[in-house]
Amino acid sequence: MIVIVDYGMGNLGSILNMLRKIGAKATISRERAEIEAADKLVLPGVGAFDAAMRQLNESGLKDVLDEMVLVRRKPAIGLCLGMQLLTEGSEEGGLAGLGWIKGVTKRFRFPAELAHLKVPHMGWNSVRTADGKRIVQDLYEPSRFYFVHSYYVALADPADAAAWTHYGHDFVSIVEKEHIMGTQFHPEKSHKFGLRLLRNFAERV
Amino acid sequence: MLIARVMPCLLLRGAALVKTIQFRNPGYVGAPINAIRIYNEKEVDELIFLDIAATAEGKCPPLKLLSEIASECFMPVAYGGGVSRLEDVDAILSLGIEKVVINSHAVADPSFITRVAGKYGSQAVVVSVDVKRTLFGKYEVFTHGGRKATGLDPAVWAVQAEEAGAGEILVTSIDRDGTGKGYDIELLKRVTSRVSVPVVASGGAGKVEDCGIAVREGGASAAALGSMAVYHGRNRAVLINFPTRDELDRVLPGGVTT
Repeated sequence: MIVIVDYGMGNLGSILNMLRKIGAKATISRERAEIEAADKLVLPGVGAFDAAMRQLNESGLKDVLDEMVLVRRKPAIGLCLGMQLLTEGSEEGGLAGLGWIKGVTKRFRFPAELAHLKVPHMGWNSVRTADGKRIVQDLYEPSRFYFVHSYYVALADPADAAAWTHYGHDFVSIVEKEHIMGTQFHPEKSHKFGLRLLRNFAERV
Repeated sequence: MLIARVMPCLLLRGAALVKTIQFRNPGYVGAPINAIRIYNEKEVDELIFLDIAATAEGKCPPLKLLSEIASECFMPVAYGGGVSRLEDVDAILSLGIEKVVINSHAVADPSFITRVAGKYGSQAVVVSVDVKRTLFGKYEVFTHGGRKATGLDPAVWAVQAEEAGAGEILVTSIDRDGTGKGYDIELLKRVTSRVSVPVVASGGAGKVEDCGIAVREGGASAAALGSMAVYHGRNRAVLINFPTRDELDRVLPGGVTT
């Protein structure tokens, strides 16, 4: 069972629908027992970094997730803000992130000659994938994904990157470090392109 | 590279999908959830739902329907109609709708745009500007589903809306709505030359080439399809449909270079 962790940040219906369309067994839950029984975890997220971390800390879910992912090594994928939460911290807030992936989350800042680029980066954009990462195998070529974000993940170890996207500069749009993954875009809002990526998570990880 | 977007703009009246001509005579074209499933298959870039009766009839946004819509859509969704309070926006965005569209209540109180953008970011706020040509040939902004004249010039109002925090401007020509005569390019140029946020062209698309013209000549970042997404052929037979990616790629310029 894939458990979509509900910690109070947004509607998770489209993630659940897409996983079901793939044929994966999935559910939305905030119950400790259900999360502990999961085979894999999806960490969604919209909104602000600190608001999300506060929810995870105060609900006690952070400890459950740490145990599941770091000790029991269950595969997990963070989506959008969920990917940023995997890092050690964000320029958006003051709270520590989950720290499962070495790196920090930074705000897009462009020099004057790129002032025409809007922040947030919003809309459909393409990705350039790395070799040897399970999460990006057999994606459609070309693929496009739906992004809405003002912050991006700056990895300490470039080897954790599974794909890059260009917006003013290259940034990491998909991470994969062993069994821990994340996408900066919304796969659940990215049609068959996102569906195939989530299928990789459901079937190949 | 960001890709120029093309999206259906669907009109809700209660739980029904309708289509208007020049904002009048709403004709039934189907049920929203069925339409979404087809647009999922067609891989449309984005969906806009506008409840055309909400403001005029003083109704609140249809939250139960919006929750179903958000769960069904495998693409981003914007909703407009009766969005008048910050609590409405809280409720709509928490359902998984990506953007709210504000029209009448933005004109009545531009600081509402600022409050929404302040809480959720500009990317969540689309200001919709409905425009009619007056008898003297001037463009004028109308609210309340085209019923109420405001005396505002669309370009001037769009600039004000952008300054207030709008992340996107949806510009609809009431005169062209449902006519298939093509977008009002002059209107688009007036607005896009003044604002730096993305402008979505709306009202009048009759063929796929019109999308390319709106982007290339009108300066639009995106094009909305009404009749083209719900009717087929000269006799306007109801058919939920959408141009293919190949058809769109042929007419759209190579995208926005980043």
